[in-house]
Amino acid sequence: MTRVAVLGAGPAGLAAAEAALAAGAQVTVLDEGARPGGQFWRHRPGLTDPRMQHGVRRFEQLQSALAGAVVHSGAAVWSVELREPGERGGAVVLRAAVGPADGARREAVVVEADALVIATGAHDLALPIPGWTLPGVTTAGAAQALAKRDGVSVGRRTLVAGAGPFLLPVAQSLALVGSTVVGVHEASRIGALAGGWLPKPWQLLGKSAELAQYAGALARHRIPYRIGSGVVRVLGDERVEGAVVAQLDADWRPRPGTERVIECDAVALGHGFTPRLEAAVMLGCEVTGDRRGRFVVVDDGQRTTQPRVFAAGEVTGIGGADAALAEGAIAGYRAAGLAQDDERLHAALRVRDRMRRFARRLETAHGIRPGWTAWLDDDTIICRCEAVAKRAIVERAEVPLRAMRLATRAGLGPCQARTCGRAVEAIVAEARVSATGVTAAGQAVDGSDSAAPGGGDLGFERRPLLAPVRLGELGGADRPTCGEN
Amino acid sequence: MRIAVIGAGVVGAACALELAERGAEVVLVDRVGIAAETSSRCEGNLLVSDKAPGPEADLAIHSNARWRALADRLDAERTGGQPETEFEAKGGVVVAFPGGEEALRRFAAAQRGIGIRAEELDAERLLAAEPHLSPEVALAIHYPDDAQLQPSNTTQALAAAAVRHGARLVVAEVTGSRAEAGRIAAIETTAGAIEVDAVVNCAGPWAGELGRRLGAPLDIRPRRGVILVTTPMPQRVFHKVYDADYVGAVGSGDAALQTSTVVESTPGGTVLIGSSRERVGFDEHPGVDPVRAIAAKATRLFPFLEETILLRSYFGFRPYAPDHLPVIGEDPRVGGLFHATGHEGAGIGLAPATAELVAHAVLGAPTSLDPVPFLPGRPGIGVAA
Repeated sequence: MTRVAVLGAGPAGLAAAEAALAAGAQVTVLDEGARPGGQFWRHRPGLTDPRMQHGVRRFEQLQSALAGAVVHSGAAVWSVELREPGERGGAVVLRAAVGPADGARREAVVVEADALVIATGAHDLALPIPGWTLPGVTTAGAAQALAKRDGVSVGRRTLVAGAGPFLLPVAQSLALVGSTVVGVHEASRIGALAGGWLPKPWQLLGKSAELAQYAGALARHRIPYRIGSGVVRVLGDERVEGAVVAQLDADWRPRPGTERVIECDAVALGHGFTPRLEAAVMLGCEVTGDRRGRFVVVDDGQRTTQPRVFAAGEVTGIGGADAALAEGAIAGYRAAGLAQDDERLHAALRVRDRMRRFARRLETAHGIRPGWTAWLDDDTIICRCEAVAKRAIVERAEVPLRAMRLATRAGLGPCQARTCGRAVEAIVAEARVSATGVTAAGQAVDGSDSAAPGGGDLGFERRPLLAPVRLGELGGADRPTCGEN
Repeated sequence: MRIAVIGAGVVGAACALELAERGAEVVLVDRVGIAAETSSRCEGNLLVSDKAPGPEADLAIHSNARWRALADRLDAERTGGQPETEFEAKGGVVVAFPGGEEALRRFAAAQRGIGIRAEELDAERLLAAEPHLSPEVALAIHYPDDAQLQPSNTTQALAAAAVRHGARLVVAEVTGSRAEAGRIAAIETTAGAIEVDAVVNCAGPWAGELGRRLGAPLDIRPRRGVILVTTPMPQRVFHKVYDADYVGAVGSGDAALQTSTVVESTPGGTVLIGSSRERVGFDEHPGVDPVRAIAAKATRLFPFLEETILLRSYFGFRPYAPDHLPVIGEDPRVGGLFHATGHEGAGIGLAPATAELVAHAVLGAPTSLDPVPFLPGRPGIGVAA
């Protein structure tokens, strides 16, 4: 019987598990969350307003399917390896420490499988803004999580800003848990939106019903929705007291003279998503793209460039939960050994192909534009873990990324550049372009040195360890943990 | 004299500074930039404690003395956003577990014979020096001259100092060379040709390939080393502390994974634990075996590390020659071509003395070191890896 391991239990991972089980595989799911659902399904029955829940019935189906799988929740997976299939059989070996991160000895879990589905999802991404380290500023994802899971609002008067349709459900959730949402500021302008969508982003595609519902919610709660607009400064001494918003040009550069202050006590920022590529990179799967967005390369069957390794969901392109569900199903079926033309894949393939077009439109319409760095001050903190300001990064921009990080400590703190990596790269790229004459390492920044050994463009994602782990947890069990069906 | 120094790691940057200060017109060439590879992927060890009597120990002792003044100077001359070298003369403590005492005692006695300070610590002094060390340790030797610095920052500082002395940085890959009358007259790069009177090959683990492109292949190979970094904590490790089995691993030609554990604190509060050694070519996927092996040995030295969280790990490639001795001096086949590579895990420590030997070879500058043991003409070096 084929053993399939699934890394991540969001929509993509759950759909993969369900499909692999349906195809007769033995399935093990590892997920860092306390319970399955990922970033998308984190509501609690009885606590979360039903209007914030999407696809709950589907989630319940997926959860009941999981009864046939071994599920490790609260699993910090710190390594994934491909081994020669042989003696003990398994081609993929995953190692995890399972239990609360701050608890006493976590359980060592080793999973061997014949195939792996990487469904590690994405972090939500907030670009640095002067004042963004003030208490009261959160990512849009964090605001959404607090609202959905705990029924709590990040503020009484909350401003939502960034880019992409994700801002809409966040605003709706905040309103439902009692916050006044003083505005939703979408950085993209009409031109970009028209290129991707129609002028009104909710009038489109298979998403239209859902988006129309958000539009209705915004209108009901009298939430102003502005396009070509963004927060360029957060105001306050001890915590957020207001925010400066400005019109942004097509490159997201603030238009001088358009600034105005909006009184608020919380700001939720969401400028997009950063896929969590570390496991794929550790396995040697090919990753494509540049600093504006890197994704795992997959074929029509969601296969990566490594044998027996599949990927689904946001790690292959930001497309939302429906795309993730379809990709997960395809990956699960294929990992379990079904052929690409097996009729059980047909429905998922159709949805996936439509959603890929949706994802392309999403990037065209809302992708981060390079002008955003214009709203930074020299002393704006970029790397929050190590308190590294923009000035320090610019001063060292001429040396290769790795040397710059060691010199400034940008990206070396506990989050290991998961928050600031993309911003740091953008600032370095801009500094190198503006420092005419200083061509040092010029190529390194746009990723064209990736052919060089240890090349720069995967620097932040290339981690020999996938998760923080205690030294004492690295030893321990070397044989697969028993209990796999 | 126009000199191209190829490779902007610690050895190339030190050579560029030494040659520029002596009046040469220096071009520092690197395909990525300053400190892009090995020198940003290592520990910054300035060790005399791991050297058995011989030519490399002489180089290490000489270099160790030079680093003290050099690091002071680099820190004093710092400009702009340039980082500090974080030089720290913290000393080393080498320990043996039961059964290993005699070997370590003999090793230390031989080192004392060539002037390395190596003092046996009794139980009381050891407790004072390293209170968190495992009680299982049977013997500890204190090496006051061992030191540490931040290797990437220091390389950046050396390169900046070289530039202040007139050196020029060119980011380009060297593709070949042009000879006139049996001597190198120019190097060809992806950014065009550069006319030169001499070339110094400081390409570290890539020195063999660069040598081939310049018509002089070298048997220099990469050896992969993995290093672990913990989350910051109050200081509980005060020296460079390592197990005496490190000494065996450095000199070994064995291809299989070897580990020895050097544990130390950094100014940032993290604990650095290195290192493994594997001959696996330029393989970029170390997997977990080295990490697990290093962790097991580190927790044996310092049991408190069991509960310490690893923040990250990284790896780099160290250049080594088949006889484990650095390769420094003029190539016997191509006039005007010099090599400075093969330092394995000791390049940071040996950089100043290496630069001195290069200045001696290229410019005839004086040195008290014996260059002969390191010359590229020795058997087994001048062939492709």
